Amino acid sequence: MIHSLFLINCSGDIFLEKHWKSVVSQSVCDYFFEAQEKAIDVENVPPVISTPHHYLISIYRDKIFFVSVIQTEVPPLFVIEFLHRVADTFQDYFGECSETAIKDNVVIVYELLEEMLDNGFPLATESNILKELIKPPTILRSVVNSITGSSNVGDTLPTGQLSNIPWRRAGVKYTNNEAYFDVIEEIDAIIDKSGSTVFAEIQGVIDSCIKLSGMPDLSLSFMNPRLLDDVSFHPCIRFKRWESERVLSFIPPDGNFRLISYRVSSQNLVAIPVYVKHMISFKENSSSGRFDVTIGPKQNMGKTVEGVVMTVHMPKAVLNMNLTATQGSYTFDPVTKVLTWDVGKITPQKLPNLKGIVNLQSGAPKPEENPSLNIQFKIQQLAISGLKVNRLDMYGEKYKPFKGVKYITKAGKFQVITGREY
Amino acid sequence: MEQNSTILGKIIEVSCTIKSAFKGGNLEVTLKPYVSVEEKRLADDDYEYMEQYFSLNEDLKQMLESSKDSAKLDAMKRIVGMIAKGKNASELFPAVVKNVASKNIEIKKLVYVYLMRYAEEQQDLALLSISTFQRALKDPNQLIRASALRVLSSIRVPIIVPIMMLAIKEASSDLSPYVRKNAAHAIQKLYSLDPEQKEMLIEVIEKLLKDRSTLVAGSVVMAFEEVCPDRIDLIHKNYRKLCNLLVDVEEWGQVVIIHMLTRYARTQFISPWKTDDDIVEEHSENNFYESDEEQKEKDRNVKKTYTMDPDHRLLLRNTKPLLQSRNAAVVMAVAQLYWHLAPKSEAGIVSKSLVRLLRSNREVQYIVLQNIATMSIQRKGMFEPYLKSFYVRSTDPTMIKTLKLEILTNLANEANISTLLREFQTYVKSQDKQFAAATIQAIGRCATNITEVTDTCLNGLVCLLSNRDETVVAESVVVIKKLLQTQPAHHGEIIKHMAKLLDNITVPVARASILWLIGEYCERVPKIAPDVLRKTAKSFTNEDDLVKLQILSLGAKLYLTNSKQTKLLTQYVLNLGKYDQSYDIRDRTRFIRQLIVPNEKSGALSKYAKKIFLAQKPAPLLESPFKDRDHFQLGTLSHTLNSRATGYLELSDWPDVAPDPAVRNVEVAESAKEWTAILGKTKKEKPTEKFYSESEEEEDESASTSATESESGSESEKEDKEEGSSDESSASSSSSEESSDSESDSKESIAKKASGAVKESNAEEIKRKAKGISKTRNTSSSSDTASSSSEESSSDSKSVSDSRSDSDSGKSRSATSSKKEEKTAQDRKTASKQDVFLLDLDDFHPVTTPVAVPTAAVLSPSLTADLEGLSLSGSSVIDSASSLGDLPLSQWVLTSVILLRLPVSSYARRMIISMLTFSPLSENCFCLSLCQRKTLRRSKPASLLYTCSATQGMLTGMNETSATIAVAPQNSTSLVIIEKVVKAANLGVVPSGQDNIHRFAAKTVHSGSLMLVTVELKESSTAQLIINTEKTVIGSVLLRELKPVLSQG
Repeated sequence: MIHSLFLINCSGDIFLEKHWKSVVSQSVCDYFFEAQEKAIDVENVPPVISTPHHYLISIYRDKIFFVSVIQTEVPPLFVIEFLHRVADTFQDYFGECSETAIKDNVVIVYELLEEMLDNGFPLATESNILKELIKPPTILRSVVNSITGSSNVGDTLPTGQLSNIPWRRAGVKYTNNEAYFDVIEEIDAIIDKSGSTVFAEIQGVIDSCIKLSGMPDLSLSFMNPRLLDDVSFHPCIRFKRWESERVLSFIPPDGNFRLISYRVSSQNLVAIPVYVKHMISFKENSSSGRFDVTIGPKQNMGKTVEGVVMTVHMPKAVLNMNLTATQGSYTFDPVTKVLTWDVGKITPQKLPNLKGIVNLQSGAPKPEENPSLNIQFKIQQLAISGLKVNRLDMYGEKYKPFKGVKYITKAGKFQVITGREY
Repeated sequence: MEQNSTILGKIIEVSCTIKSAFKGGNLEVTLKPYVSVEEKRLADDDYEYMEQYFSLNEDLKQMLESSKDSAKLDAMKRIVGMIAKGKNASELFPAVVKNVASKNIEIKKLVYVYLMRYAEEQQDLALLSISTFQRALKDPNQLIRASALRVLSSIRVPIIVPIMMLAIKEASSDLSPYVRKNAAHAIQKLYSLDPEQKEMLIEVIEKLLKDRSTLVAGSVVMAFEEVCPDRIDLIHKNYRKLCNLLVDVEEWGQVVIIHMLTRYARTQFISPWKTDDDIVEEHSENNFYESDEEQKEKDRNVKKTYTMDPDHRLLLRNTKPLLQSRNAAVVMAVAQLYWHLAPKSEAGIVSKSLVRLLRSNREVQYIVLQNIATMSIQRKGMFEPYLKSFYVRSTDPTMIKTLKLEILTNLANEANISTLLREFQTYVKSQDKQFAAATIQAIGRCATNITEVTDTCLNGLVCLLSNRDETVVAESVVVIKKLLQTQPAHHGEIIKHMAKLLDNITVPVARASILWLIGEYCERVPKIAPDVLRKTAKSFTNEDDLVKLQILSLGAKLYLTNSKQTKLLTQYVLNLGKYDQSYDIRDRTRFIRQLIVPNEKSGALSKYAKKIFLAQKPAPLLESPFKDRDHFQLGTLSHTLNSRATGYLELSDWPDVAPDPAVRNVEVAESAKEWTAILGKTKKEKPTEKFYSESEEEEDESASTSATESESGSESEKEDKEEGSSDESSASSSSSEESSDSESDSKESIAKKASGAVKESNAEEIKRKAKGISKTRNTSSSSDTASSSSEESSSDSKSVSDSRSDSDSGKSRSATSSKKEEKTAQDRKTASKQDVFLLDLDDFHPVTTPVAVPTAAVLSPSLTADLEGLSLSGSSVIDSASSLGDLPLSQWVLTSVILLRLPVSSYARRMIISMLTFSPLSENCFCLSLCQRKTLRRSKPASLLYTCSATQGMLTGMNETSATIAVAPQNSTSLVIIEKVVKAANLGVVPSGQDNIHRFAAKTVHSGSLMLVTVELKESSTAQLIINTEKTVIGSVLLRELKPVLSQG
């Protein structure tokens, strides 16, 4: 399936290559560079490129292109999903998936790639298994290794590899047994000029951090499971149990993982926690415009809206902006034309406002469309959909674990359109 | 190295001087001499580089020769770094290959990495390493065996093909599924190295396809797809197994298996799309898009009533939960399976999951949107509810935007068009001009597809003509041209407007479009047309080729309609064209001149010139670019590229008549083995449990409210019903007994399967019982006689699962007396009543427990009596049961017969589930499988799982411990031996079929490695004691334990 993998940085250097079958020359990447040039912007590089003898399937993650070389028919999502898994693994091992991290740990990277893929077919992709085969680098271990000459490589087959719970390693031991669940919900919304909602949806995930000894069998139930409309599961979850009882029953992997991601049924009206008042105008035949934006809280169930950041991609004709913010600070990058306003926490008594003059390129025509405002915010201790964890039970082990649930609501793709009228 | 240090030294020196220079404030003077040194160094750079390179390699060689592992490891790490950067490290081959036998596992691994990269280039030297791998293939550590096989098969040296073949064959029957998985991978490698080996490899594939490990399934199917995708016949027997294993296979394997099964199903089942009600259900638009061929097929099949093959249903049902997978590739694979295989009314369930994937990263979005685009052309209804999910965001990359736009256009209909058009209006204003242009195209398509809005769209587009951006205007012109062509009647005004635009527009396509329009409808704008020709004639030489051609045809058309005004102009243009650089234009000019300008040579054609030029032209169809993609299987690379990729496997059309479904039937014995395998597995992993499967754990007392209870109840009912229908169909299609039996496989979870097995074996049990009493010698092989009819009619009110066991038992009972029949029927009734509970473990409720005990008690006398007919295996059950302690003997008997109602009666809460299965493996070998309580398990860690000896052959390999012992005379009877061994080692009894051989089996709790013990009684009171086990240590310990037991009294 996957023949070779090239890692390419933003300046077009191939800094790592790995071949699982016979060697494919680096020159195959020229086709990729060609496509990259054509696409102008990295986002637009087509993920699948056809060359005379090979097919290139690539992903772009953390300023690195992962370009895989394929020779025969394969489901493209298979490769894409796998490449992302590789990037996730690097992230997991080195804390970041950057060029320097990969270069610094090139041997581990190679060992990982060797384990993850055999003859181009995925072999072990579960992080729990990989970590048993190849120990992640830590400062302590590297010191110990250099002294004792021991290695990072495990010499026995991880038990998970053979069982039907490949996601969990055996013999886990903790002195403090803890299980944390973060219910994180993101609001995707498009708000139109008059402030009414064109489209809103809540997407949520439950990220877990489970540090429990032995082989715990957990079941997590919700107060209102019917809210969850469409759910995707970590492989550990027993589907049948969810189907029949709406209970998440699973033997968790060790460590951090995403338990489920879900979408809240679209029938429910989404409460939008902030509102935005805006006045953006460009005068015809004049080199200036006005900009006035106020953000305020709305229906936030007594919780404060914090971490508010507004980013605006201003039209190309904008030269500079002279603004004053009543709260927080703003920056405008004249090259990318991006205005960023870091507001912080919103207090209902004093609404944050950003107001001022927009300088346009003289002679340029008036921008056709008003920019749309992308808003980010965070509300702690609240799941906007109203989803509530009812209880967590543990079977199979005797100790009493410490359990914790945290709720966060965030803005996802939250867009306020200032130019569109409905 | 030396060079290195001197350079370093210099740098340090330089920086020191700089520092001191700063201190002294005399920067210029001090720096100068050193700058020259720097320059010199730069000049020598190339030379030094080479020097450095060689010395580095020399250095590495020395390190590899060193006796210290740490030095070797360091060297290997640096070499791997070189390989990673794509630098050539091949000259180190001899030095590296020496270390292949290193004891240090990390060095070894890195050497493997090196070998895989360079062995192909240095084949002779690579042969040096082969013996090491061969030795490692026999290593007791499965990881080492597996990695040796991996490297051996990865080094691509043709000369070792026979060795590889041998290694693969051996590994394919290895005890460790991990090694077998690697063997499956090696098959593909060997095949690509030497396709000659195909036949042999197919044999191995066939063998591995039979493997029941979920670990192997994905890899072997991958090998199958690569080596022999046309050998569909290999799949038949494994089809149901693969369907059932699917949820537990790892995600990558799932994708491959699903794709393969899609292909398989298209050759084996008849189309579910052609039924009458389907036509009603379908959208009227769908018919419009359907190809002629499909229509024909529909006509042909319309008379037959369609019943779905139960195996077809099985596949659809077992793949559905995978829509919930976190892996986008799995979701997509299921989606395409439903698209290609499911009845049209059911395919809709995939859309929600596909829409969910749109939240993922851009690459996934791109592929998913492409597939949705193809789907939405054919079946709009599927995605209509999710219209808003396809709204474009300003932050989306252009390629995503265009795809979303495409889908929105496909989904447009009378109801939503107004909303869509408003949405489109904002897209047109987008700063991304490429996208704006695409939007205009989309508006054009909506206008042609939905006649109600044609005028609105046209007006909107005309407004866009005054847009400031040229690309927008140009695109609008092109689209308007197409639209006007569809209804040219009253658009003179628009044409005039566009004629005016000609002065400003520079985009060639737009100019050409305007010229064409004016030419085509020149009679409607008689005053403007000649003027336009005049203007363009003036600029002819500067125009693009595209525009020149249109000027020529405008001239020709005007010449024909209005020759008085334009004759000269046209001739001028023709003259210009005659000497144009492009031969295309010269050609066209010559052609037009001959056609329109009358001369003596012009033939009959010129009479028809007007008809030729001004013929009514059909309006162009504004079509989706995804229209022609549907002949590729969705989710494939070929579909994404819209061209056949190498190795693309065509999805065949549905057969008109389904091939014999009986080919998928598996022998009973085999299916029984399967049960045990599954049970064994469940056992092994307990309490860890399986992916997606139903809980076999303790009942969750607190969580299950009565509400959920009732819900799940209704669900199971539904399932029952479903099965009922499939049962009926299988009966009507005269399929044999097993097909209905293995229908119970179709339960989605292992637990269900397990209980299904229990149920089945229940029937078997009764069958045997009946046989024992009536003394009829009936082979257990299933006969297809439909003698069950009388039975079935007598027991009608029960659930479907009952009726199935009816049919089973009915067959064997045909020869028994009516009295017995009554009794067994009664047994069966109660038993199957229990089955219902067992079936739906989730519904299991403490309330039901009291029911079980009384029935059991009532039945016990007759059953114990019946048990006596079972002789050996029966008593061994009692033995092993009693050895478990805890419970009264009678109850164990009972439970063994009525299929372990045991957990219900006494351990309802804390039991996982205990199961005891009897089913004939062959003539007289019975399989006994017992899963045990968790509590018991902890207290007796030695051995637990009792498994059958069917796999004996596999174990008589390397890990055999045997001893000849003297047996005490009182121990020579079989019952005593069994009792002793069971007491000593808690092993499971496996009937051997021979009086002098006793077999026992077990699995260790921790590693789950299989253990087989055979006691063979010989003459003169000696016995051969053979222990086969994966763990040799345990084997010898066990031998030591058992020896005294048997030899002493």
